[in-house]
Amino acid sequence: MNVLVYLVPMALLLGLTGLVGFIWTLKSGQYDDLDGAAVRILPDDDIEETVRDTSQ
Amino acid sequence: MAEAIDLSRFVERGDSGNARMTLAVQGVGCAGCIRKIEMGLKKLPGVIDARLNFTQHRLAVDWRYAEIDAARIIETLKTLGYGAYPFAPERVEADEIRQARWLLKCLAVAGFAAMNVMLLSISVWSGNVSDMTQETRDLFHWLSALIALPAAAYAGQPFFRSAWCALRARQLNMDVPITVGVVLALGLSVYETATHALHAYFDSAIMLLFFLLCGRYLAQAMRGKTRQFAGNLASLRAEFAHRYGGDGELIKVPVSALQRGDRVLVRPGETVPADGVVVAGRSEVDQSLISGETIPRAVGAGTTVYAGSINCSGALTMAVVAAGTGTLVDEVERLLARATETKSHTVRLADRAARLYAPAVHATAVLTAIGWLIVGASLHDAIVTAVAVLIITCPCAIALAIPAVQVVASGRLFRSGIILNSGDAIERLAEVDTVVFDKTGTLTLPDGVVDDRAMDPDLLEQAARLALSSHHPLAAALTKCARERVPYPAAFEEPGSGVRAPIGGTEARLGSAAYCGMPDQALQAPAHERGTSIICFAHAGRFARIPVRQRLRPDAAAVVNALAALSLDLIVLSGDRAEAVEPIAARLGIRQWRGELTPAEKIAAIESLKSQGRRVLMIGDGLNDAPALAVALVSLSPIAAAHLTQARADALFLGDRLEPVLSAVRVARRAKSLMRQNLALAVVYNALAVPVAVAGLVTPLIAAVAMSGSSVLVTLNAMRARLGRLRDLSVDGTSASAKAVDSIVAGPDRAEQDHLMPQSTVAAADCAERERDTLEIVR
Repeated sequence: MNVLVYLVPMALLLGLTGLVGFIWTLKSGQYDDLDGAAVRILPDDDIEETVRDTSQ
Repeated sequence: MAEAIDLSRFVERGDSGNARMTLAVQGVGCAGCIRKIEMGLKKLPGVIDARLNFTQHRLAVDWRYAEIDAARIIETLKTLGYGAYPFAPERVEADEIRQARWLLKCLAVAGFAAMNVMLLSISVWSGNVSDMTQETRDLFHWLSALIALPAAAYAGQPFFRSAWCALRARQLNMDVPITVGVVLALGLSVYETATHALHAYFDSAIMLLFFLLCGRYLAQAMRGKTRQFAGNLASLRAEFAHRYGGDGELIKVPVSALQRGDRVLVRPGETVPADGVVVAGRSEVDQSLISGETIPRAVGAGTTVYAGSINCSGALTMAVVAAGTGTLVDEVERLLARATETKSHTVRLADRAARLYAPAVHATAVLTAIGWLIVGASLHDAIVTAVAVLIITCPCAIALAIPAVQVVASGRLFRSGIILNSGDAIERLAEVDTVVFDKTGTLTLPDGVVDDRAMDPDLLEQAARLALSSHHPLAAALTKCARERVPYPAAFEEPGSGVRAPIGGTEARLGSAAYCGMPDQALQAPAHERGTSIICFAHAGRFARIPVRQRLRPDAAAVVNALAALSLDLIVLSGDRAEAVEPIAARLGIRQWRGELTPAEKIAAIESLKSQGRRVLMIGDGLNDAPALAVALVSLSPIAAAHLTQARADALFLGDRLEPVLSAVRVARRAKSLMRQNLALAVVYNALAVPVAVAGLVTPLIAAVAMSGSSVLVTLNAMRARLGRLRDLSVDGTSASAKAVDSIVAGPDRAEQDHLMPQSTVAAADCAERERDTLEIVR
């Protein structure tokens, strides 16, 4: 059962990291425009530009 | 000639010459729209950045102030095919957002704690039936306490605070049993842990908080979303006032930009924009919104008038004394207060039930504990059972059942461009079986086109200037012909007839043929004028008949068909000539129609429908429709309607399309059935769960899961009011035929403009299609 001495704190630490990460994403406004993020990936004009750049 | 608009109030000036403005944008539907708007604006000289928030339909534009005018940005958006309206962010909405974020943080903390405590609890449960030593079990319990106690102290705040507020006001709300339950469960668990018992209830307490926070957050998010749409809509209908410029010309300014000393024109049917003194004109004002006095008060030069009162008959020129009332913020507040807080009959019922329920919960829990003690159970077992009862009977599901649907449904309506004026409109809309339409401005677009080919220009100019004093849609079309936008003083409007004012000593009249005393032979309509409305003008023995062509609302035919498919009876009641009404009714396939009705006859027609047991939805916009709207069971008005009419309507709809009417009926019907389902769910849950808990068959953990499960279920069910393709008009393939009819394109073709911009997504096609729909015109 000695393994618990470091496994339990590690589990808690990992959980806490997740929690802190979530609060950071919340604070940095990443949930402000969820629908927008979903549709903004659709236009593919940025790809055309890079293709043109490399072909020159 | 359009009126100039002054926008400076909405522009935020930064240092180094930059400016920023937030706009509420109408008509955004796909990824193509984002690109089109952002790229289109960035091409303008001076624009630094444009970013569209797709969720909120709001656009933030940064530009160098000296290089481009704010009005130019709005114009550019208009040519791109999007209506944009300056938006002043307000405090209430920011508060809502902060509240939602706080709940989300609490939810995250509770979620973290619940996961870790469950991890330890499951180990203890499996250890209890195998070979776990007492020391390990105690360690796990203490670890659970270490996680659960601080987490509950943080994540429970929303409930503790609200319970504390209620208790201080000597009341009980549904957070009181939750708080008591959580505190009891935690306290009992610490005692159990200290006495090396087999079970602790940290998991129950924290799980309860986690699930309850899920429900709370969902509800808050729905409310926030509804408020956002309401905010957008409020800016779309931001009140403008007609201010006299230095040269006597009219300039349109936002009401909030009015200043002391400004001279303002208030036309019949409009709301007085600020407190002030009448300088010229005679009229009657309706102050029922301010003082509750329903009899209109006569006003003339020198009388004081107050913001919010409605000008009934004559055009008034007033000098502003105190501005700042009737601002956008007030407007939003009023809208929201009415839309989300006016409680409908069912909501009041649910409220009463919840109020009675909270004391009942506490009593049941205490009685359960006493009962078990009498039967001979230990104090410990009696308390555990009482906690389970307390948790399982929290009245959340019952209290949530109706309001959750109400909030989601009104959010859905806001989203489809409908502003609710009264809280119980949704329930009444769901019961409607007959729809009565007005024609001018309701089935047709408010802005007609004047056919001025055969007109004497002088007479037309006089008629157009007289039209400036009226709010009738046909008059609005005529005002576009005015070269000089200076209204005549002392104009007086008679609803349903016309407007009159002295010009050069003799009285001029504008309105129906009878009102103007037109001789009969002048009334012979040429054949090509069928379906055209006529305004007459008479001055000093000269007569003019001014034909105004009206365009049907672009999707009128499809919406009318879809409404008919919902087995609603459709009727057109119009004040216009029968020759103008008949072709439009025929085009829309509406068999029951009547023309040349006076306001009183409209009321009589609706009353007779009511006496036949029909439940009537009236849709109208004119000054003459206001009383008819009040008579009907429920009423809708387009946003372009006169203020007086808007105040009488239960809900307003926005934009050129008639589709919101269809959405309103569909959303309302759906909402009503969801309300019934939710109530049934809540009642069934409580009827099943309470006896089981009282019998002592449920542990606090199962109680927590069951109870939270029921409220989350009710909330999720309410969310279904948002689903469903309400835009779908092609119920029986009618939208295709609607598109095929004789369409003439006036002005720049929006569909063509689509091709100017690269379209790279499939999603954009749907959007372009919608725009093409809007080009249908009736001659």
